[in-house]
Amino acid sequence: MIRTVLEAKNISKNFHDPVTIQVLDRINFSVNSGEFISVIGKSGCGKSTLLYILSTMDTDYSGDLVIDGQNMREKKEAELARVRNEKIGFVFQFHYLLNEFSVLHNVMLPGLKLGKYSRQEVEHRAMERLKILGIDDQAHKNANQLSGGQKQRVAIARALINDPLIVMGDEPTGNLDKKNSEIVFDIFKELAEVYHQTLLIVTHDQGFAENTHRIIEMEDGRIVS
Amino acid sequence: MNQRLIISIARSLLLARWRQTLVAAIGVTFSIAMFITLLGFMNGLNDMLDDLVLNRTPHIRLFKEIKPNPDQPVNLSESFASSHNFIESVKSSGGRLDIYNSGAVMQAIRADDRALGLAPRVVAPVLYNAGVVDINGIVNGVDVVAEVSLFSFNDYIVAGKAIDLKNIPNSILLGKGVAEKLQADIGETVFVTTSRGEQVPLKVVGFFQTGFMDFDKIQSYTSVETAQKLMGKSANYITDIQIKLKDLNLAPAVAKEYARIFQTDAEDIKSVNAQFETGSFIRSLLSYVVGITLLIVAGFGIYNILNMMIYEKMDSIAILKATGFSGSDVRRIFLSIAVSIGFFGGAVGLAIGLVLSLLIDQIPFNTSALPTITTYPVNYDLVYYVIGITFSIITTFFAGYFPARKASKIDPVVIIRGK
Ligand SMILES: Nc1ncnc2c1ncn2[C@@H]1O[C@H](COP(=O)(O)OP(=O)(O)O)[C@@H](O)[C@H]1O
Ligand SMILES: [Mg+2]
Repeated sequence: MIRTVLEAKNISKNFHDPVTIQVLDRINFSVNSGEFISVIGKSGCGKSTLLYILSTMDTDYSGDLVIDGQNMREKKEAELARVRNEKIGFVFQFHYLLNEFSVLHNVMLPGLKLGKYSRQEVEHRAMERLKILGIDDQAHKNANQLSGGQKQRVAIARALINDPLIVMGDEPTGNLDKKNSEIVFDIFKELAEVYHQTLLIVTHDQGFAENTHRIIEMEDGRIVS
Repeated sequence: MNQRLIISIARSLLLARWRQTLVAAIGVTFSIAMFITLLGFMNGLNDMLDDLVLNRTPHIRLFKEIKPNPDQPVNLSESFASSHNFIESVKSSGGRLDIYNSGAVMQAIRADDRALGLAPRVVAPVLYNAGVVDINGIVNGVDVVAEVSLFSFNDYIVAGKAIDLKNIPNSILLGKGVAEKLQADIGETVFVTTSRGEQVPLKVVGFFQTGFMDFDKIQSYTSVETAQKLMGKSANYITDIQIKLKDLNLAPAVAKEYARIFQTDAEDIKSVNAQFETGSFIRSLLSYVVGITLLIVAGFGIYNILNMMIYEKMDSIAILKATGFSGSDVRRIFLSIAVSIGFFGGAVGLAIGLVLSLLIDQIPFNTSALPTITTYPVNYDLVYYVIGITFSIITTFFAGYFPARKASKIDPVVIIRGK
């Protein structure tokens, strides 16, 4: 049963800094469950901007964003936070792990916030995800004791903790060397093939994109193919 | 669940910066400790002075003053009733110094629910005979038992026993100053000349000291009966009735009422000691001002540390928001940090304040005014501790409020884009 997870309807965005420039121009597309989509395009064409809007963090746009059948425009700040918590996993170029916490606790935080499972269950689920990503042996280390590639894998585990509807990535391999990039790519592939996780990944890596189900190409704020 | 999570995140952030946190907490601790110590000490002094004046002073004193009669004959005449009558140089007519029908008055007051008790007095002017010279003085006939229970009479006694006034007939309790002038010791006999010219021997049973030098140089105490004898009066001759009320605040109203009903003069403690409360108030105010000033300074410290923490933790705040924590969650995290600094800093402050109070309580303090007090007075009222911890939490809450609000407003997109 394939259903629409996310739908962008006529999404446009302007920056007024100091002159008005249109960064996104009437973006229309939808993401079905289980799809593994990559977004490519030249630097500065608006990929990150689009992703911030799709992830509900940026609310300053025109058009409509529908996630899981609900229009995000009508939602308040706290409700959007809830949507991000429950339905969206985000992986950035930078890992953004909290150094005050252990690896395991970092992965657990969004799960504890969701409050759907008990603390023990959340811990168990976090361990499961670390195992899938092959870093369960690092679980009790401090976040800043890990290598760059390991940190990014922890960030992916964190994005997966609440079984999100969709995982978004903004150049998640951008800071990694070739070997680690491949590991992370293989992980995404596995998530898509084995776990049927819906993925929307921005990348500048042509080879990466070609191995995904669908490629969305952007140019100057518009989708060209 | 959410609240516990927020507190656990707050604690982790706090512990990661424990050194700065400690400095902030020490600021709070210091100010609360000072606050408690100052208030305890100041109010200890207040209590002592209350003790000195308020507890020993009757709430109402009924007496008879010799003064011109306000009801002059012309005012009673019907033919001048509608005119203003000016009478000059009115002189006091011979009046009685004792309270009219004192037995009935005392009975009526004892029956009054508002009164805690009363102590009658007979004031007898005398001359103390010291060899060839006579010294002006006053002997007060008192009901020792009532004076002790109502007006802390025992606090004045520096030698001998007050109760001996009652047990030993024709005895006298001398003011310290009087005793020095007369060179009299306990057990010896002194002679006084009464206003009727009689010389009467009285046995010294002790000395008292009020701290008011002029008082101690002139006054002595004896029993009511002895004083009546000195005056050559009968057993219902009473010149003063000192009354203690259950509620001091009623004193002015009740005094007016008694003056009207009993046809006497009456003065109340509020009117007589009006300036006294002002002194107590200023001392309390001073301690509050010092305590709150220190707390505000500590508050700025917390404000700074939180601002710094938020500046350092921009990334963490951004990712918390990106992963589903709302602005109000973030605000509560930082408010929890601030308030827990206030709470723990304040709690330690209370403990240190208590220890300092106990230390001050050990310092010797001797004053002639209060022979029973040997160390500095300290008040340990729980109320100051409650106020202290409340203040520290409120101050740190406000110190944390603006940084926390700033943190809650951080836009994760701006932070993430900046990387
Ligand atoms: N806060 C901003 N104010 C003004 N212009 C911005 C701002 N953020 C991004 N831009 C511009 O928007 C365009 C798209 O940026 P971005 O979405 O980051 O591109 P990409 O991720 O595709 O490299 C760029 O031209 C960038 O300069
Ligand atoms: Mg980008």
